[in-house]
Amino acid sequence: MSSYRIQGATGEWEVVIGLEVHAQVVSNSKLFSGAATAFGAEPNSQVSLVDAAMPGMLPVPNRECIRQAVRTGMAIEAEINRWSRFDRKNYFYADLPQGYQISQLYHPLVGEGALTIEADEKVGIPEDKVIGIERIHVEQDAGKLMHDQHPTMSYVDLNRSGVALMEIVSRPDMRSPAEAGAYVRKLRSILRYVGSCDGNMEEGSMRADVNVSVRKPGEPFGTRTETKNVNSVRFVMQAIEHEARRQVDLIEDGGKVVQETRLFDPNTGSTRSMRSKEDAHDYRYFPDPDLLPLELDEAFLAECRASLPELPDAKRRRYVEKLGLTPYNARELTAEVETFARFETLLAETAKGIGKPEKAVATQVANWALSIAPGVMNAARAEANPAHATASAQAAILAMQDRGEISGGQAKEIFEIVLTTGRAPAEIAETEGLKQQSDTGAIEAVIDGVLAANQDKVEEYRGGKDKLFGFFIGQTMKAMEGKGNPAVVNQLLKAKLDG
Amino acid sequence: MTDLTQLGVKAIRDGVARGDFTAREVAEAFNAAVAGAAALNAFIVTTPDHALAAADAVDTRRAKGEGLGVMGGVPIGMKDLFATKGVQTTAASHILEGFRPEYESTVSQNLWNAGAGMLGKLNLDQFAMGSSNETSWFGNVNSPWRKAGSNAAMSPGGSSGGSSAAVASRIAPAATGTDTGGSIRQPAAFAGISGIKPTYGRCSRWGVVAFASSLDQAGPMARDVTDCAIMLEAMAGFDPKDATSLDMPVPKWEASLNADLRGKKIGIPREYRMDGTDAAILASWERGKEWLRDAGAEIVDISLPHTKYALPAYYIIAPAEASSNLARYDGVRYGLRDLPERAGLQDMYAATRAAGFGDEVKRRVLIGTYVLSAGFYDAYYTQAQKVRALVARDFEQAWAQCDAILAPTTPTASFPIGSLDKDPLTMYLNDVFAVPASLAGLPAMSVPAMLNADGLPLGLQIVGKPFDEQGVLDVALAIEQRAGFEAQPERWW
Repeated sequence: MSSYRIQGATGEWEVVIGLEVHAQVVSNSKLFSGAATAFGAEPNSQVSLVDAAMPGMLPVPNRECIRQAVRTGMAIEAEINRWSRFDRKNYFYADLPQGYQISQLYHPLVGEGALTIEADEKVGIPEDKVIGIERIHVEQDAGKLMHDQHPTMSYVDLNRSGVALMEIVSRPDMRSPAEAGAYVRKLRSILRYVGSCDGNMEEGSMRADVNVSVRKPGEPFGTRTETKNVNSVRFVMQAIEHEARRQVDLIEDGGKVVQETRLFDPNTGSTRSMRSKEDAHDYRYFPDPDLLPLELDEAFLAECRASLPELPDAKRRRYVEKLGLTPYNARELTAEVETFARFETLLAETAKGIGKPEKAVATQVANWALSIAPGVMNAARAEANPAHATASAQAAILAMQDRGEISGGQAKEIFEIVLTTGRAPAEIAETEGLKQQSDTGAIEAVIDGVLAANQDKVEEYRGGKDKLFGFFIGQTMKAMEGKGNPAVVNQLLKAKLDG
Repeated sequence: MTDLTQLGVKAIRDGVARGDFTAREVAEAFNAAVAGAAALNAFIVTTPDHALAAADAVDTRRAKGEGLGVMGGVPIGMKDLFATKGVQTTAASHILEGFRPEYESTVSQNLWNAGAGMLGKLNLDQFAMGSSNETSWFGNVNSPWRKAGSNAAMSPGGSSGGSSAAVASRIAPAATGTDTGGSIRQPAAFAGISGIKPTYGRCSRWGVVAFASSLDQAGPMARDVTDCAIMLEAMAGFDPKDATSLDMPVPKWEASLNADLRGKKIGIPREYRMDGTDAAILASWERGKEWLRDAGAEIVDISLPHTKYALPAYYIIAPAEASSNLARYDGVRYGLRDLPERAGLQDMYAATRAAGFGDEVKRRVLIGTYVLSAGFYDAYYTQAQKVRALVARDFEQAWAQCDAILAPTTPTASFPIGSLDKDPLTMYLNDVFAVPASLAGLPAMSVPAMLNADGLPLGLQIVGKPFDEQGVLDVALAIEQRAGFEAQPERWW
């Protein structure tokens, strides 16, 4: 259990959090029209007659959007409703051409599901926790008002009008900003694995309405507020912290929390009232008579299920159980689609190059991918061309290292040259002299010279001064200009000195 | 040479195909008739050039020996609820006055593809809301019919009142209509013409200004049953742009017409004998039964027990949908914008919609908004949907006993302009017999039966099973052949 508590004048308070995440569906065209959905297009260049709500225009459901929502539901192991229906949510606004949003109130496409947030002691999540998901429904996005184009008028861009959103509604199961943050990150990760949402919060592809209430531990739920359209994980956490504190202070000062919609101000990290329940819209929801109920057949569901990739939890388990990675490495590597994709490609290439099973090289590749390679890339950032960081180049470096041809330090140096020039690692090692000496005869010759030049120290060592072993290593490596294979040098020195 | 305006769809099409006259001659004759009938106020705009261009295209194809289409050479009137590319489309409202769509409705495009041309855009009740054609922003339509011995202007019915008046007055051989709760059948009955509302989903709603989406259905209005069959064939068809469109082939209704009703059972719903129904209407119903018996049908009594709840349910469901469908007319993107000095967005909405919508439209938007409001939704909308399901079930059970149903189209004949417009509830009762088939999505047709003592037409209604437009047309044809309805309004315009 989370121990996150807000200290008030009257004691400790618990915060209760539920999230409604709006995720833009990845599809080429809008939910009910053929217009394109690409981000950043010229205003009003992606608007069909339907999106502009011209007289007599009708919505026709886009099967791909439905498919993406169903796949998402399957990814959170939710109930998929074979029969669902679209409803109209009626209100007037200039960014809403139809005067209603087509959504799903009464019969959503996806029912009860759940996702697990992982234990993370550092942020106060002591153990894995399952967060319930009440439903996912599909709905249209609105257009965008632009207030900065004209001194006295507002302009309307309808490019986004009608784009498909999934609204993913959690249970009020979260008890700390950290849990909410972990939930959003996990949800985003699942959406990106599935490919149903690009998860790009800056571009607004994912945004959250944050429901917050506070209570004394063990008491019933308090009155909640809803903070709209929060568009980053950090802001979600900030909004919760601020809102929980505000509610505690309000209650302890003798006030009452009113059910209301609030806005988050990213500049101050605070929330402010937008409208209270009293002047809330009456949306007059009713089934959209332009659309028939959505009925899904088993073949469609089977196709959706078959198209699902390995999901984050399963992948993480496999990395630990089958590849022998540490839980930490497994979590880091599976958090983002790009990360695991790069890792898996590099792992396959490296295992092939070395001729060992993946499990045998997985830890080496994981360390490379998570810390060594990013370190080199950061250091060389100015001159580095990320395009040069191909899987085959990196696999070649790792293979040379595995064969003892290069040291860890040389591997980094070679990779840095690869990044800046795109040259082949083997050629770099050769040309730049970035290879280590593993030839026992040559190393023995150097060792013999070192021992001969330091007879006194040899005597001391043999007399019991073990610590001098490091001195001999240092002398040998120095004589070899740092290119001696440390393992071979170590082994030969030990044999000579102890033998 | 014959007066071409006396010809209907089939006669024109076949005459053009045979070379008895050219399509251009037909178009010119009707363009002239339209121009000479301004007193009817049947058209909001006329499009003589459209009719001529379509006619010339047909004549050219004929010269080349090419096929002329199901409606080849027939100029028609287009109810101004259908979007027509580049031609003002208003739904008879001020809020859409001057609106010229960049697109063509599926149904009108289907008609042009079939060789028809357009005489103009026909007047209607504003947003198809009305039963008398008195709610149009462009003024009421005058029926070509008058009571014997009176000069009082009569209602052509509504909402497709421009369509009924144009066809009855012979200024158009046929016209499109739309029927949400009787808007094809009631005006057809008032005007002594035929009109069919097909099964919901037969005709695409794409490009038709929406009134109540779950009920709206386009259909033809013409002088006789055969013309309706021909024109419906041209209008109907699956449209992937309408999610409620029926994905079924369009039957060959015209070729399959058959007035021999031997072996058919016709149901007479006892609940349609309502208080307030005109004695002449009841008499026409009795005549209808005789005609159908004569055609070989067996007449059976049936019960549609939820009939009396249909009209109240309709006046919840249709306004509810309308209140939402009409939200798009907000002054932001097209149509009227009323932006008072220093007004904000909400003020602009209010001013635009106050100025742009007529009283009946406002009344229905208010009713619809009310019945969908929090706290009232279950009591009204949910309840009405249950009634709708029961009405549909009534019909399903009736099909165990009969193949089609015969009933009056309306409880009365046409009434004088101005006699009911202050009394919306009585006005709504006009559609009491029409609404059940609309709620159930069934094909239903009105066919002229006789004139009443005032010399005004009375119609009979046939309701059929889902997708069985053929059965409806066949029964209507049997009535038409026996009724021998040849009456035409005496020209006063």
